[in-house]
Formats: sequence, structure tokens, C-alpha cells
Amino acid sequence: MAVASSELQEHKPTQPAVQELGKRAAVTVVVGDSYLAMAWRRLRRDRAAMLGAVLIGLIVLAAIFAPVLSPHDPTKQYRDGLTKGGQPLPSTLVTDGSLRFPLGTDPNGRDLLSRILYGARVSLIVGVLANALAIAIGTFIGSIAGFFGNPLETLLMRFTDIMMAFPTLLLAMTLVAILKPSMWIIILVIGLVYWTWIARVIYGQVVALRERDFVVASRALGSPRSYTLTRHILPQLVPTIIVWGTLGIATNVMLEASLSYMGIGVQPPTPSWGGIIQQGQSFYRTAPWLVIFPGLAIMVTIFAFNLLGDGLRDALDPSQKGRV
Amino acid sequence: MGAYLARRLIQAIPVLIGISLLTFFLIYYLPADPARMYAGPSARAETVERIRHELGLDQPFWVQYFRYITRLLQGDLGFSYRKQIAVTELILSRLPYTLALIGAAILVELAIGLTVGIASAIGRGRWMDRLGMFIALLGVSTPPFWLGLLLLYWFGYLIPIFPLGGAASPAHLVLPALAAGLGGAAWYARMMRSSMLDVLANDYVRTARGKGAHERLVIVRHVLPNALNPIITMAGMDIPWFIGGVVLVERVFNWPGVGRMAVEAIETVDVPLILGTVIFTAVMVVISGILIDIVQSIVDPRIRHFTRSEIAH
Repeated sequence: MAVASSELQEHKPTQPAVQELGKRAAVTVVVGDSYLAMAWRRLRRDRAAMLGAVLIGLIVLAAIFAPVLSPHDPTKQYRDGLTKGGQPLPSTLVTDGSLRFPLGTDPNGRDLLSRILYGARVSLIVGVLANALAIAIGTFIGSIAGFFGNPLETLLMRFTDIMMAFPTLLLAMTLVAILKPSMWIIILVIGLVYWTWIARVIYGQVVALRERDFVVASRALGSPRSYTLTRHILPQLVPTIIVWGTLGIATNVMLEASLSYMGIGVQPPTPSWGGIIQQGQSFYRTAPWLVIFPGLAIMVTIFAFNLLGDGLRDALDPSQKGRV
Repeated sequence: MGAYLARRLIQAIPVLIGISLLTFFLIYYLPADPARMYAGPSARAETVERIRHELGLDQPFWVQYFRYITRLLQGDLGFSYRKQIAVTELILSRLPYTLALIGAAILVELAIGLTVGIASAIGRGRWMDRLGMFIALLGVSTPPFWLGLLLLYWFGYLIPIFPLGGAASPAHLVLPALAAGLGGAAWYARMMRSSMLDVLANDYVRTARGKGAHERLVIVRHVLPNALNPIITMAGMDIPWFIGGVVLVERVFNWPGVGRMAVEAIETVDVPLILGTVIFTAVMVVISGILIDIVQSIVDPRIRHFTRSEIAH
């Protein structure tokens, strides 16, 4: 608990005056000042991270309550959703008009706002589940390679090297195209191309941890390797997993949007942000909102997860604070 | 140096074999039928079978793989099913465009990224630093294809300074390079700032200042060379992502590069062309990784004798 003691010293009260208070405070210090509790306190003070958390909360709410919030059916093609010349309607934010289609319509006369709200579902589900898969694979391979040493170490890390040599997006596109695009395939594929990064990070940490006294002691006491790994090493990896669990979502939302933009994402009529941009891009001169609004949704979502992820890293590893 | 280079090259061999094996494995188990794609949708069943036999697609996995590898080692990547042209020829005809785009985008990344990163680290905590890092975080959160479309709309259509797409002149390169490079610039700005701050905290920097060296001299002579070191490592790790951005941007701007061709190949299930481009780009990634290691071993000779984690400890 080196972290805890240094934090306490900062607020160390002058000796005699607060010795009484100290007794009362000692209880809270002991109960509340676990490593994670202190990290939580630091996180709450980080305004940027809190902004990220609030934004994520709003996006999650938008996704859950999309049926309530959406003014229209996202897949219905409205006859009055197109101009007389068959063009998409502009947003009522930029022109005067009724609030029937607040963000305008797409080339099929569908309501853009409703499509963007529903699109949040695809982005979040893919981002979160693909990342969970990537973290599971990456943590498994990284910790096994780091803890058990050769020959598993060389074998697994060389395999990771091979996977990392493939251009991530190109590999994902090839895999999705082979396996036929659907949301579950996309989750699977993103998980299968993204785990390498987590494996590298986890591997580096486990290699450093396996020489530490408490690990050596556990081994010396005769505990089986699997016990040492799960009881002593894996808990040490929790902060890393929390940080990557957040930052990785940002990356995977980007990958999903890129796949959808390339037309090999979630298939129509299910709305996804990348897909809305792909379907609207040929209208970018006359109907730029078809590109601008869904793109903003992608950017704000990724930005929010990056903000929170940065904040989590600072909170969980204060020595890195303000570095990145 | 020679020994290090040799070791690095030998290490690359199993990776290259693994890449070819994995790619071939994926394509072999492709549910789509390449013989059917080759013959066309209206071809009769026996025609499809004949083509399957002629292309050797009825052979077992290892036979097909070894035949592919033997040809690959001679620089022969087979023929595109769709275009009936040698894959090597197709890739080489598109390569100059992709290399031009990559070169210009890296220039954008480094020129903007490193400058902002250095300025941010020197003025740490000031409003310029905060603003710079806020924009950098927005930058890493922006999809390159969206940025490309916005740049097209603003600087190709609203204020028509640059052409809307294609690759006829150097002016055509500006917007794609910005779209592919600005995200990376934001990433490098964050990394460079972080690396500078790490180095600035070192004793030798304090010593240099203590003996009265001018601040500019301290930065240029002591901080920058050391701060650039981890950036070179990260550049190596960034390449596979960077290529993804290039693929997207080529699509947005109709840039006739390898990436756009790869996408077309995937869409039309042109197996030799998919295999060829994926293996080609992966080999390029491995080669650029080796080049980056060589650059780094010149900057930091310790790399030749120790692994990176040994140096870090």
C-alpha cells in the first residue's frame, strides 16, 4: 500500500491538535482507503473524466430509450420525408420548418434523428462486447505467456507478433466479408483482431510481476502455478484491465464505424452510424447533415470513452498523472 | 550492427511464414466459392467444376499452400480472377499512389504532431497546453473517413480550393494526406508531450540547467533526442493502424491506391487479389518494423544488445 501511505502523508495533520480527530478518522481511513477507493476519489476530482462519464451515461440512456426518444420509426420511409424532387429534407436546426424531422431525413426519407438514436445501440453493443472478448483473449494469452515462460512464452508472443503484422482494418474487413456481415460476426472479428494489443500490455506486466517477492513467496510456499496466477497475479492486473476496458471501447467503436462505412458492417435496414454516413456520402454536397450528424455521434462517443479512460489511468496509476 | 541486423531479419522469417499460412488458411475456408465467382453466376455446374480443377482449387490445403508459397518466393502472387492480370503487376501499378499518400500523411503526422507535443510539454499546464491536448484528444477520436468527407465538403465544395477526388495532380494529394494524417498527428502530439515530460523529470536535465545552459540548448541537446526515442518505437506499433486509415481515406477520395483495390477485391471475392494485398501489406508492416528498429538502434545503441524491457528496468 505504498500509494495509500504517500497520499496520507500529504494530508498529515499537525501532531497534537488532531490526535483526537485522528481516532475517528482512522476508522474511515482503514475502511475507505483501499487502493480502489482512493482511485475512485481521484477519479471523482478529475473534471475531464467526469465529463466523459456523463457523456457515456447520456449515450447509454439514448441507446436504451431509443424507442421512447425517437420521434419516428428509424426504418420507415416517409413519403413526406423527401422533397418534391426526391431529395432528403434538411435539418430544422438550419432551416425554418416543422419539427417533424429535427435532424432532417436520409435519401430514403427516413428520420435521421431516430436512426442516430438507434445507431447508438449497435455502436455500444459492438464496442463493449468486442472489447470484452478482446480483453478475455488478450489477458489469457498475455498472462499465460508472461507467467509460464518458455516454450509457451515464445510460441504465444510470436503468434501475437504475426497477428499484429496484419493491418488491423484490412484483416477485419477480410474476415467479416468471409464470414458474412452481421452484428455478432463483427463483435467476434473485432475481438479477434484487437486482443493482440491487450496481450502485449498484460504480458509486459506479468513478466515484471513474476519476479516480485510476493509471487516468489507464493511459489516457495508450494502453491500450484495456476493458484499463484489467479490469486496473486491476476488481481494486480485489474487496473490495467479497467483502463483498457474503457480505452478499448473507443477503439472498437471506431473499428465498427469504419467497417460499417465500408459497407461490411451491420446490414441495412438496421441503422449504424458508419452505415448512415456510407448511405449519405454521395449527397454530401446537397445534404451534408447526413455526414455531419452521425459523424459527430461517433466522435463524441469515442471522445467520451477516451476522456474516461485517460482519467481512469491517471486515477489508478497516479505516477502517470498528466503525462498523456 | 551487422549481427543485430542479421538477428532481426532471422526473427522476421517465422513471422512471415505465419502471416502467409494464416492468410491462406482464412481464404481456404472462405465460404464463398471462388470457382463460381470466376465462372460467373450463369455458368453451368460442370464449367465451374472444370475451372475449380484448372485453378487447383480441388487440391488439399497443404498442396495448394506450398504451390502458392513456391510461386510467392518468385514474386508471383497469381492472377486476379476478376481482372485477369497478375496480382503483382496490379499491386505495383497502385503502389506509387499509396506510397505518395503514406509519405504525405506521415509528413502531416510528424510535422504537426511533434511540434504541438513539444510546445505543449514546454508550456505544461498553460492554456495553450490544455487547448492543444483537448484538440489532440478530439483528433484521436475522429474517424479518418469522416474527417475526409468534412474536408471535401469544406475545402473542395464550399471553398473550392482543392479538387474533389482522383489523383491527377499534387493538389489532389493535400486533402487525403490531411485526412489520413491529422488523427495520427493528434496521437503523436499526446505521445510526444508525455515522452518530453518523462525526460524533463530526469536528473541530467536538472544538471544541464544547473550548470547554466540556456533553456533552448537543454531542450534541443538533452531532452529532444531522448524524448524521440520512445516515439520511434510507437511509430512501429502505429503502422498497422495507420494503414487502416489509409484504406478508408483512399475510399473517400477515390484515390487509386492499393487500399482501394484491396476493398474492391474483398467486395468481389477476388481471392488471389485479397491474398496478395493482405500478404503484401503485412510483409510491408514487418519490413517497416525492421527499418524502424534499425533507425532506433542508431539512435539508441543499447537496443542492439538488450531487449526493450531490459532497458526499461
